[in-house]
Amino acid sequence: MVTTSPDKDPVTNQTPSQPGAKPGGGVPVQATPAGAHTGAPAELPPSSVAGRGMFGIQGSGDTSGFGGLVRRRVGAGGSERPYGSYFDEVYDALEEAFPGLDDAIEKVVVDRGELTLHVKAERIAEVARTMRDDESLRFELCSSVSGVDYLGADERRLHVTYHLASMTYRRRVRLEVAVGTDDPRVPTVTQVYPTADWQERETYDMFGVVFEGHPGLTRILMPDDWEGYPQRKDYPLGGVPVEYKGAEIPPPDRRRSYQ
Amino acid sequence: MTTNPSYAPERDTSEGKVFTVTGGDWDTVVGAADPVSDERLIVNMGPQHPSTHGVLRLILELEGETVREMRSVVGYLHTGIEKNIEYRNWVQGTTFVTRMDYLSPIFNETAYSLAVEKLLGIEDEITERATTIRVLMMELNRISSHLVWLATTGMELGAISIMLYGFREREYILEIFEMISGLRMNMAYVRPGGVAQDVPDSAVAKIREFLKVMPKRLKEYEDLLSGQPIWIERTQGVAVLDVTGCISLGVTGPVLRSAGLPWDLRKTMPYCGYENYEFDVPTSTDADVWGRYQVRLAEIRESLKIIEQALERLRPGPIMVADKKIAWPAQLAIGVDGLGNSLEHVAKIMGQSMESLIHHFKLVTEGFRVPPGQVYVAIEGPRGELGAHAVSDGGTRPYRVHFREPSFVNLQALPAMAEGGLIADVIAGGASLDPVMGGCDR
Repeated sequence: MVTTSPDKDPVTNQTPSQPGAKPGGGVPVQATPAGAHTGAPAELPPSSVAGRGMFGIQGSGDTSGFGGLVRRRVGAGGSERPYGSYFDEVYDALEEAFPGLDDAIEKVVVDRGELTLHVKAERIAEVARTMRDDESLRFELCSSVSGVDYLGADERRLHVTYHLASMTYRRRVRLEVAVGTDDPRVPTVTQVYPTADWQERETYDMFGVVFEGHPGLTRILMPDDWEGYPQRKDYPLGGVPVEYKGAEIPPPDRRRSYQ
Repeated sequence: MTTNPSYAPERDTSEGKVFTVTGGDWDTVVGAADPVSDERLIVNMGPQHPSTHGVLRLILELEGETVREMRSVVGYLHTGIEKNIEYRNWVQGTTFVTRMDYLSPIFNETAYSLAVEKLLGIEDEITERATTIRVLMMELNRISSHLVWLATTGMELGAISIMLYGFREREYILEIFEMISGLRMNMAYVRPGGVAQDVPDSAVAKIREFLKVMPKRLKEYEDLLSGQPIWIERTQGVAVLDVTGCISLGVTGPVLRSAGLPWDLRKTMPYCGYENYEFDVPTSTDADVWGRYQVRLAEIRESLKIIEQALERLRPGPIMVADKKIAWPAQLAIGVDGLGNSLEHVAKIMGQSMESLIHHFKLVTEGFRVPPGQVYVAIEGPRGELGAHAVSDGGTRPYRVHFREPSFVNLQALPAMAEGGLIADVIAGGASLDPVMGGCDR
């Protein structure tokens, strides 16, 4: 894994076609083949933050060529109507109950039998309230609130996901908002779902998302004086090389491993 | 106030009254101050208090013996499991999640495996035997978890004997786990694609034996506790939380069912074929510790029913998906030194087939790729809804795995249960939530 500065995207800053780019220790970079279709295994985005290489480290004098492999990241596109299952019903009901929904929703994604509504960050609390209160929606339970850091795949890299469950209709919906690290503010949903209290604190603790209006946004799992947000993808893992029986084992983020 | 000045002089400071006790009659000293009327005492209970289920810290603001305000502090057992998983491959993730809630390892593994399978799109390819084994193991685990709840809660409320009996029967289940998986706890037994190891016939015989023994033991527990005046006094009407409170605070599981809402994901949003099993969802309308005790005991009985049905459905067959690009390329066997690769398999990959060796090496070191996307899978754990939110970026490692841990969410309800009650009832209320700090802090 390569540590990068929070706002610098290693993939978009250095595309394979740029002449000056020297990823993978100087190994020539694979060009995108003409007519290649996405979805082939080699084109799936890798786990590495840099989006490059097969072994997680760079500059090791790797001559196999795999260290210079660059894979394109495939962003999830929005789904089109009809969404299928109960999803159309949910969306129609929300549209009726929430005037100006098109303003608040960025895109709708239906994937693997789950509905995700990407909501504009500043509207999340209002949408959540409608989701809970409307007769034909009734998402009474907020199961889970958590974060995901899409470093390198999305400019607004910090996503917060809300998993809502309707006990009346036995349905589940995921709401998702995206914010950047420069202004990671999202309105709290604790007024709608008191259960989000600790879960928002955990998301703040791990990702640094600031939930505005939260009654007491403090760290919950990490110590109070901890610096940084550990679940962010560019959070340094640290560690020191360890010698074991004469061999030196590098710290975790410098270790060579398949990705 | 009459005090002998030579015995206990008092002076006012900015922090309140300070007494210098030099001897004399204790009643005189105590009589000098009336703590109930004007003083609030902050008591820090935990994180090392024996009755806080591990390392839970409670900050109590007391007026006499009444709790006026309460805040819980968690995080003492945070081990960064969710972060660690991101640096292991998808199969290795099982060995991490099993260590979260250490009383319900099978549930953690199953939730995680179901999420990975959903990401892979292979839910339909999971064999029937594997699913039945998962159900069997989950229900055994539910019983062992509820038994620990009964044992520790009994102990905390002064019933030491039930502690011994609860742990005795739990040991029985752990022995069954050991026969099946090789390990008593943290088994990493349920894997993406199936389970690690087939159930031996000796374990089936042992489970049947357990099914015969357990109902009698349950009767013993009830004989010990249900009619006992102290147990009744300490549980009835204590730490009440109604359905509205439960749902708004996100409390699920036996606590929600004790308030009267029969919300059990096995019935309401079935997974692993639970819709094909016959069992009831026990509820109570007491909404107190007593109700939760009744619900949990009844749930053990229902789990016994499910185990019996699962045993009948256990037909011979594969326990892993047929796809060799996903199935762990090992035939595990229990040898003299524990669970490991069977000797025949080692002989084959080392001596006979270079391709097998390459395949084994690639799948073990690199792992399989999971198409990008995100899923949320929720199952009914012993403590409530256990959800796994798994995100893949298409690589061989989880991009992000978040667990919706019922212990973590349920603990938020403790102030609502405890404030305004007696300090002794904080213990009963906290115990009735059945928090496991390993799961809460992850």
